[in-house]
Amino acid sequence: MKHDNSYTDQEFKVVGTRVNRPDGVDKVTGRAKFGADTFAPGQLVGLTLRSPHAHAKIKKIDTSRAEKLQGVKAVLTAEDLPDLTGDDSENFDILENCMARDRALYHGHAVAAVAAIDASTAKKALKLIKVTYEKLPHVTDVDKAMEPDAPIVQPRNLQDGKPSNISGRYEFGHGDIEAGLKDADVVVEKSFKTEQTHQGYIEPHACLASVSPDGTGELWVTTQGHFSFRNVCAALLGMDIAKLKVTPSEIGGGFGGKTHVWIEPVALALSRKANRPVKMVMSREEVFKASGPTCSTSMDVKIGAKKDGTITSAFIECRYMDGAFPGIWGMLGGMTAWACYDLKNVKSIGIDVLCNRPKVAAYRAPSAPMMAFGVESTMDMLAAELKMDPVKLRLHNAAKEGTQSSYGPVYGPIGIGPTLEAVRDHPHLRAKLKKNQGRGMACGFWFNIGGQTCTDLNIGVDGTVSLTVGTVDVGGSRASLSLIAAEELGVPYEHVRASIGDTASLGHNDTTEGSRGTFSSGMATIFAAREAVEVLKDRAAKMLEIPVESVEWDNGVAKAIGSEHGNLPTLTLKEIAAASPTTGGPIAGHHEVTADGAGVSFASHIVDVEVDPETGSTRVIRYTVVQDAGKAIHPTYVEGQFQGAAAQGIGWALNEEYIYGDDGCLQNPGFLDYRMPVCSDLPFIDTKILEIPNPNHPYGVRGVGETSIVPPLAAIGNAVSNAVGVRMNHVPMSPPRILKALDELAGM
Amino acid sequence: MSSVLVSTKINGDVVQFACPPDETLLDSLRNRAGLTGVKEGCGTGDCGACSITLDGQLVCSCLVLGVEAEGRDITTIEGMADGEKLHPLQTQFIENGALQCGICTPGFLVAAKVLLERNPKPTESEIRYALAGNLCRCTGYDKIVRAVQAAAKDMRKSRK
Repeated sequence: MKHDNSYTDQEFKVVGTRVNRPDGVDKVTGRAKFGADTFAPGQLVGLTLRSPHAHAKIKKIDTSRAEKLQGVKAVLTAEDLPDLTGDDSENFDILENCMARDRALYHGHAVAAVAAIDASTAKKALKLIKVTYEKLPHVTDVDKAMEPDAPIVQPRNLQDGKPSNISGRYEFGHGDIEAGLKDADVVVEKSFKTEQTHQGYIEPHACLASVSPDGTGELWVTTQGHFSFRNVCAALLGMDIAKLKVTPSEIGGGFGGKTHVWIEPVALALSRKANRPVKMVMSREEVFKASGPTCSTSMDVKIGAKKDGTITSAFIECRYMDGAFPGIWGMLGGMTAWACYDLKNVKSIGIDVLCNRPKVAAYRAPSAPMMAFGVESTMDMLAAELKMDPVKLRLHNAAKEGTQSSYGPVYGPIGIGPTLEAVRDHPHLRAKLKKNQGRGMACGFWFNIGGQTCTDLNIGVDGTVSLTVGTVDVGGSRASLSLIAAEELGVPYEHVRASIGDTASLGHNDTTEGSRGTFSSGMATIFAAREAVEVLKDRAAKMLEIPVESVEWDNGVAKAIGSEHGNLPTLTLKEIAAASPTTGGPIAGHHEVTADGAGVSFASHIVDVEVDPETGSTRVIRYTVVQDAGKAIHPTYVEGQFQGAAAQGIGWALNEEYIYGDDGCLQNPGFLDYRMPVCSDLPFIDTKILEIPNPNHPYGVRGVGETSIVPPLAAIGNAVSNAVGVRMNHVPMSPPRILKALDELAGM
Repeated sequence: MSSVLVSTKINGDVVQFACPPDETLLDSLRNRAGLTGVKEGCGTGDCGACSITLDGQLVCSCLVLGVEAEGRDITTIEGMADGEKLHPLQTQFIENGALQCGICTPGFLVAAKVLLERNPKPTESEIRYALAGNLCRCTGYDKIVRAVQAAAKDMRKSRK
């Protein structure tokens, strides 16, 4: 059935209320089952042996002693994972990332795995595996990797027919930036760097795999996308998609980091070899070394403008460090860089570069925060040069409905102007600052996505509603989707129970990424509920013995319409459901869709910091997030997304970074040395939700999860720069970097 | 290494389990006592997801050995509610949206309960420092601090 997904300005009864989440009690009592919280009879413990080198040829792996150890049931190397990927180079990259083949490509790259009856036996077995390495030259810095004599990370990656570390180059924009510079009264330019960070989800990767000799398999796993995990694992292992059932556990944080497989194909292969269930759980050290952190970057920005602030030319080139396998991070970054502004002449170049570091995965609005750091810092430099208020400068150049965006599309109704106006009018902007304090603001953009979505809605004979969706609940979406079902059906929120279906229960659902969960599953829920309403009307017509055309659905009740039926009673959803066994059987609605029309989203942030000139330590003392949500289905969880994204951005801006030694080894793979913000580091984070409806969603939903990680790097960079009086251009602005900048300022 | 038989009290019940002498209490609780509400986030005492009390003392169970539980009194998240009646902290965490993914929640609740038992009226700053040993990556801590403030208020009211 084709449905119209256009926005209708309807009045809501339950959507927009702050109800308690359906998984709340389970999560505050310890009942909720996450990736590591399930067990199977006869399960083995799987562990991975990882490369101690940044780059090395694997000359030989001797597993004979490990295999002989009492209690070891399977030992696995790349030989057990033959290449079944055909021409699919992306899948071959995944296969090689899961288990090194001829070379270890980064410190922590998996080289072998074991399954044993318990953890101590598995640990012993790992020690008995003898790997003969020949160390190779390595490169971990993005700019060095682009030099002509740099060690080559992937010989199969060619540029102009020659092996190269550059794996992609993407260019976006319009107009003529050189001509724009000629028109400019003022030109500012600066280079910036950002270091590699990790999503930092508290739950390590974990799974329980079981493969039967009949070729069927089951995988319980913490994931953002159980359908894509199923498809990838099946392809790598030569299994039929329909014979591998993947069940998503509760997910203990993902932020993009649980969109890729790492241990899962290995656990399935170990299970197949041992013929027993295998549980694998990464240690925190493994998570840092060998899951998918974000890119480090290096970039150059140049802006030209008229005296009145009109930007005549905008340019950025940014090099993204992808790790040992190619990604599309340069493309995503290039598309987002200038998206906030209405520009006549604009160009952005994103370049993907391979290094001997782990394969990068998505991290919340992937690639956008880095280019925003460069762009929004340079915007503040321009404002200073023009002696213009930074908010006014941005408002003067802000994109609006009808603007051709820097990456191509023409915008519909958008929120950059309104978020900037909200910032301009916010009391935060006028609060007094003290000594050593500085204020900064910055803007951010994210696309949001839709994608393949499939939803089932079943009404029980007691009138309660079971909603099954295929997007993983990463932050309260079951509450939001239950609200939507309740709204459509006219039943109390408490009568709806939302669950996440496994891969055998629903059609394919794309991974929960791109802030698509509430947007796309929400859309599918609306239409599944409307289908169920059609069934309810049909049953009511049968019960009333009138034509279905004479039945109207009004807020949970079927009513007969027309003067000839005026005396007939109304029927509640509950009454119709109770009669369903004798009126035609179960009442259900279903919807599958490729949800197009996700609404772009903008945020503007304000931050105050205090810098200690003695230690170089920075403290965030006040933070305000303004973001366009389209429509906040559950405002509490929308605020939670804004706050969480800002907090991750604060960590990135001030402290978090992967530190590699000259040996190419990661020096800080733990929470003590990779220090994420703790409770005492942060203030309350104020939020303001704007609602500029997305025209392509019945409720106006845009997607809210990612955008607010985009502005913080630049907002804090601007605040710190204002506090210390010197432009900060390297994230994180950790104490040593700030002290160095202060020393340089003092001419030391 | 042969296993050692350990007798201990967990959430009021006398419990026995056998564990190797080098096994962490976290692993014993999860894998032998079936208490998977106690979470492992790091195994190095940095994230607080495995927080429990041992003789009333807040500890990271990943930094304690299973054999050290012999003769001790342990409480975990599973022992926090009184039957089906949630503890005020549990109720306020739900009401305030203080959890998103929920993996850190058990540790936060156990740590916050210890705080409020010692200090029924903590300031915002006292709450933030008392919970600084628990990492949350989803919330930015805003709604967690507000939930603890609200629960403290509820608990003070019910004492009056």
